[in-house]
Amino acid sequence: MMKFERYEWVAITIMISLFIFVGFIQGWSVSLVILNMCIISAIMTMGVNISWGYAGVINFGVMGFLAMGGLAAVLVSYPPIAESWQVGGRGLGISFALLFVLVIAVMYINKTVIQKRNRYILNSLIIFFGILIIRHFYLNATHNIEDVNPAIAGFLGGLGLPIIFSWIVGGLFAAGVAFVIGKVALGLRSDYLAIVTLGISEIVVSVLKHEEWLSRGVKNVIGLKRPVPYEIDLQNADWFINLVTYLNSSKLNNIIDVSDRQQVLNNLIIDGSGIFVKLSYAILFLIVMLIIFYFANKAQLSPWGRMMRAIRDNETAANAMGKDVVKQHLIIFVIGAAIVGVAGAMLVTLDGLFTPSGYRPLRFTFIIWIMVIVGGSGNNLGAIFGGFVIWFSWIEAAPLTTFIINQLTIGLEPTNALKLHLLDSVPYFRYLFMGLILLLILRYRPKGIIPEKVRHS
Amino acid sequence: MIDFLNSIIVLLNFIIIPGISYGSQLALGALGVTFVYAILRFANFAHGEIMSFGAMITILFTWYFQSQNIGLGILPTALLALPVGIIATIILCIISDKFVFQYYRYQKSVPVVLAMVSIGVMFVINAIIRIIIGTETIKFSDGQKFIMKAKQFKVMTGLNEGLALKSSQVITILITILLLTFTFWFLQKTKTGKSMRAFSDNEDLALLSGINPDRVVFTTWIIVGVLACVAGTLYGLDKSYKPIIYLNLVLPIFASAIVGGIGSPFGAVVGGYVIAFSEIMVTYAYKKFFVYLLPSSIEPTGLVQLLSTDYKFAVSFSILVIVLLIRPSGIFKGRVL
Repeated sequence: MMKFERYEWVAITIMISLFIFVGFIQGWSVSLVILNMCIISAIMTMGVNISWGYAGVINFGVMGFLAMGGLAAVLVSYPPIAESWQVGGRGLGISFALLFVLVIAVMYINKTVIQKRNRYILNSLIIFFGILIIRHFYLNATHNIEDVNPAIAGFLGGLGLPIIFSWIVGGLFAAGVAFVIGKVALGLRSDYLAIVTLGISEIVVSVLKHEEWLSRGVKNVIGLKRPVPYEIDLQNADWFINLVTYLNSSKLNNIIDVSDRQQVLNNLIIDGSGIFVKLSYAILFLIVMLIIFYFANKAQLSPWGRMMRAIRDNETAANAMGKDVVKQHLIIFVIGAAIVGVAGAMLVTLDGLFTPSGYRPLRFTFIIWIMVIVGGSGNNLGAIFGGFVIWFSWIEAAPLTTFIINQLTIGLEPTNALKLHLLDSVPYFRYLFMGLILLLILRYRPKGIIPEKVRHS
Repeated sequence: MIDFLNSIIVLLNFIIIPGISYGSQLALGALGVTFVYAILRFANFAHGEIMSFGAMITILFTWYFQSQNIGLGILPTALLALPVGIIATIILCIISDKFVFQYYRYQKSVPVVLAMVSIGVMFVINAIIRIIIGTETIKFSDGQKFIMKAKQFKVMTGLNEGLALKSSQVITILITILLLTFTFWFLQKTKTGKSMRAFSDNEDLALLSGINPDRVVFTTWIIVGVLACVAGTLYGLDKSYKPIIYLNLVLPIFASAIVGGIGSPFGAVVGGYVIAFSEIMVTYAYKKFFVYLLPSSIEPTGLVQLLSTDYKFAVSFSILVIVLLIRPSGIFKGRVL
């Protein structure tokens, strides 16, 4: 079982007290909103940390894997649209079957044709004409699908299952994409791998943005079903009203007037229902986070984890010991991506909507990397800590900056142009903070706040 | 014959001229990335923001000159402000090197750490730009907008198709030729340029021959500053200035540098044009072109477009992946990755 050092307990205490602090200052609802995003960020960070911290495989495709997880949430939970399947299902089926045949043909050519030049010519010919034929079926089918009731549908819909299943499916989707990327790109030097994964994730997102038959594209998918109760149902449920009455009984008993008391109770119920929903999310997310944390730690301490560290620290030596470096790199890249995919599905579950155009590299790739570096690569608790602290400062940067600017410009008149301009640019100061935090950590604590433990066993 | 000329004009107007000007901007950007890679040996994610910073300073001074009624007549005022922007960009580069990159260079950090550091720098510059100038789209080109309008061309030649020539495109192409000539002359003929090439080729040998590494790095940042500021300003002049665009521009720039052969300046320039032309050619609808060229009986009915314009961005990366698969060292053999 894992044991925490003293400084790790300090880190855990800091994380918990941050939320209690916000709870008292800004209200429990705000605190829980931040907590939920913190947990999701922590899961993403663990995913990146597994490939980067354990094995030194860089993964800048976070955004793409998150988007795949989000797509999974849509495809699993949205009710199927029968009409779309009717008009376009067969065309899509044919085009995908043809695509499969094309891939087989290319593989066959690669196997049988020895001469390199002939292989290239033959391959490009068959791919060109193959795509021409596939396009014909494909464009017809997608066009028909997108014409089905475009205001509310216009895509294939999903399976109509509970959204919670999508957390696993999201992981599988991301793993599938990661497998393809890994096959192509792993083996490049680390900084080129970073650029290539960043680029491929951009391609993944642009496909989700523009293939409307699949994901509704920029029209977004809204109204995904929740795994937790809705506020309005809670407010009418007897057990919930009783619970709120019970919890606040002392406060309510002090109010003598009956109508006043009802008024206060109603307000409490409305507040309480919001907090209850967020709390249920937090508990669900926390369970997932702890499961992943447990297994990630187990894996790190296992012989497999030791092999990964050996590969990270000296690839050539590990190779000489008979370890298949390429294969292990691919495995760990896929595992890391799968965890990010799970986080992506959870993110869409929390929001209840899927907006492909919201996936931007600055927000969903680079921030996650700052979390990993700041938390401490190679340490799972560090990853969680990084996720919590960075997301927390990302959110709280704006109120803090407003406060600081107001303090600094206290001598200036409220209509002073500089002051107004600075107050207008408050949202951008968070980028400054993020950059400075990253630079300071890299300079003065390059192993992160909670560094990897060196094990001699 | 007329039809043939018309079809050529269509190509010129919609593919070749935009391709050359966009390619020039990418080439200048990729050349800057290549310099950092070849001398300082890391992938500089902050390059797009450096370009953006240069363009921002140029815009600020353009506004200042405009308010003072100083202008260049038919030429955009931005050209007058460009030298100021260049100087500011060089200062930015040197400050970021002194305070950030230098430490890791002396530590002999691995390239990926330096790449992470450059992400930190990217965030800081990004924030500074947004705090100073905001996130709105800014158009700052003034002077005469067109050298030749489509209508003028039609009247002049009597053809059906017009050929529009924006002055920003011509300026882009001219400045690029000037700057590239100067850069390559500098690398090939001057002593500093030669020492830079030596340093890039074999650092230990260069140090042994008495080349001062700090001086080489200093010169590199000056060149990077000039290239970045000019590329950023030209891009802003041609399209329009918007901070977020420059963040997205980093990816095609990296793609150009890698496709051309990372570490090879000539390769970076070629890579820029390759990426620009493929982005435009793959997403252009060729219907008009074929309508002129083919007899009316076999005219195409569709748009004859390989990919929809939505995928413009994805094209550069697909090319990057294909090149890495077939020829990992790029078109012109750079360092093998």
